[in-house]
Amino acid sequence: MLTISHLQKRFGDRVAVDDVSFEVAAGETIGLLGPNGAGKTTTLSMMCGLARPDGGSVSFQGQAVQDANRFKQRVGLVPQDLALYDELSAWANLELFGGLYGMKGKVLARRADEALDLVGLGNRRRDRVKTFSGGMKRRLNIAGALLHDPELILLDEPTVGVDPQSRNAIFENLEELKRRGKTLVYTTHYMEEAERLCDRVLIIDHGKVIANDTVRGLYRRLPASQAVVLEFDGPAPAESLMAGLARLPGISSLEYTAGGIRIETDDFGTPLAQALGIIAKHGLHVASVHTAQVSLENVFIALTGHALRDGPAP
Amino acid sequence: MNSVAIRALIKNDLRLYLTDRRAIVIGVVVPIFIAAFFGYVFGGNGAAEAPGKIPIALVDEDQSAVSRAIAADLGGESMVEVQTLDRSKAEERIRAGKVQVAAIIPRNFGAASMQALFSGMAKPRIELLIDPSQAISARVVEGLFAQHGMQEITKEAFGGASGRAAPGLPRGLSIPYVVATTKVTSARNVPYNGYAHSFAGMTTQFILLAGIDAGIMLLLARERGIWQRLRAAPLSKTEFILAKTIATVLISVFQFMLIYTAAIAIFGVRIRGSVTGFAALAVALCLLNAAFGLMLASLGRSPAATRGIAVMATLLLVMVGGAWVPSFVFPNWLQRVSLAAPTRWAVDGLDAMSWRGLGLGAAVAPIIVLGTTAVVCLAIAIWQFRWEE
Repeated sequence: MLTISHLQKRFGDRVAVDDVSFEVAAGETIGLLGPNGAGKTTTLSMMCGLARPDGGSVSFQGQAVQDANRFKQRVGLVPQDLALYDELSAWANLELFGGLYGMKGKVLARRADEALDLVGLGNRRRDRVKTFSGGMKRRLNIAGALLHDPELILLDEPTVGVDPQSRNAIFENLEELKRRGKTLVYTTHYMEEAERLCDRVLIIDHGKVIANDTVRGLYRRLPASQAVVLEFDGPAPAESLMAGLARLPGISSLEYTAGGIRIETDDFGTPLAQALGIIAKHGLHVASVHTAQVSLENVFIALTGHALRDGPAP
Repeated sequence: MNSVAIRALIKNDLRLYLTDRRAIVIGVVVPIFIAAFFGYVFGGNGAAEAPGKIPIALVDEDQSAVSRAIAADLGGESMVEVQTLDRSKAEERIRAGKVQVAAIIPRNFGAASMQALFSGMAKPRIELLIDPSQAISARVVEGLFAQHGMQEITKEAFGGASGRAAPGLPRGLSIPYVVATTKVTSARNVPYNGYAHSFAGMTTQFILLAGIDAGIMLLLARERGIWQRLRAAPLSKTEFILAKTIATVLISVFQFMLIYTAAIAIFGVRIRGSVTGFAALAVALCLLNAAFGLMLASLGRSPAATRGIAVMATLLLVMVGGAWVPSFVFPNWLQRVSLAAPTRWAVDGLDAMSWRGLGLGAAVAPIIVLGTTAVVCLAIAIWQFRWEE
């Protein structure tokens, strides 16, 4: 559906997007995952014709899309900054956005009502946006991109600054759009969002695509996919205990945590049982055991050498 | 041409304007208030009370029949209010700003003036002490002295005490004519309305300030997500600028109408000239306002810096254009310079269509100047407007 080929963008001496290429299939949800300043928003801007690439191209169903109005008619953009007039009602905002896409009259009214209902704001259509909570504004921001029923929806960090409840509501909206067969391209620096929503994730850092795979495929790049955290009563485990555990087959990594240890493994069976035996021999009493899924954060660290929330390395 | 999108943008701008009631009130009430003040100062609606008298002091060091007669004549003048003081008190009052002019009649003035009348030699000197900030008052007093001095001196010279007592004998020389002043306004017996000019000036000023606001709003929009949404829509730069121009013109016309409605209803301003010319001038001014605002939005980088420069430039334009005080009080060179300011043409045009009562022909030149300037501003706006990034 959408082909991004060797996109490049510079701002002065700084390279914002460096030879980015990928494809988006119809009905797919793609996540662009990376820290702030990685080049996600710039890539998205070039994809919808807001920014002119210094190199490379974007084509939609085989045709170049640079600022083409026919392409824009089939794309909905949800900007990272709220694209709303606070002084106006939700309905008045949507009336403008629909009008920009040539919609008017009953068609516009019906589509505005549908969009408001989809994001759960149908009962607030006449209220001014300034009376909305942050989460409601974010949902209305999404509704603004849906009026013209676009096939492709580009969402730039649509959950920034919202509470968990509102974030969940936004996820439900996006999942509903997925069910309706919309193609979504979603930028975020929240791992859990990418994991929940995206069929495929592109990890971007320093303007480059570091990885492009399904969530499952990205996990396969890690030596372990599960982890267990053991907490002890009493003193911290000795070095000799850690050395003994490290020699066990099936354990891919081992590290101290506050009051215990974290063991990463592909298999909770035999290695864990053996580990508990060694711990018992060292006279330590296990106070609690809990499991933890290895996250995309671990994938990101493994691929880039730094944590996602820390931002790009200088 | 995406006419639906253009209409949507216009409707949205009008909606945003009407939503901000406080801005409407400020944009209409403030110019009315300032125009009312200036209008009152410059003569009101012609039905105001008599103009104030000029406070003057008379120092009579002569105390002759002639000097006393002059003092009595001045006391009867409607233009001045005479206080008889000694020299030091008169100087003190001038310094305090209580008196604008003091005339000092020296000792022996009566006798010396009569001798000088026939010989032309050894003329006595009347000294005028003046407040430098009230130089025009000195000219008025000088004129009154010339009139009454000549009359009383010749009366004394030709008739003396007996002459004054006996009717039918010479009564001294007097100015052999009277001057009748007629104010030339739109028609005979239609009084000048000082508010007409002040409303022309203040409307011009505040319409242009509203243009700055429109430009600044656009610069602010650039920094918000709404700008990305606009640019992501199937909308061209030309369509966007066209929509913004029409919306700003409509808002300015609305503001113009509200201000002039108050001027007509409360302050008695009348459109005594061509109503068509007045309306066309209003539209030309509002078009200039929209183009000016868009030009600012195209050339400006940050909203704060642009606002500062634009307000300064606008105030300079309206000041030079005669919006605050009529341009005819300017020195000649400044009057010539002010013709380069479109504001001068706007104010003169509105004056022509209101209190001067001129026809449509008098509106043509101002409309051409305002329209041409608007087109130039609009061309710069389209040329410089940053749509792609």
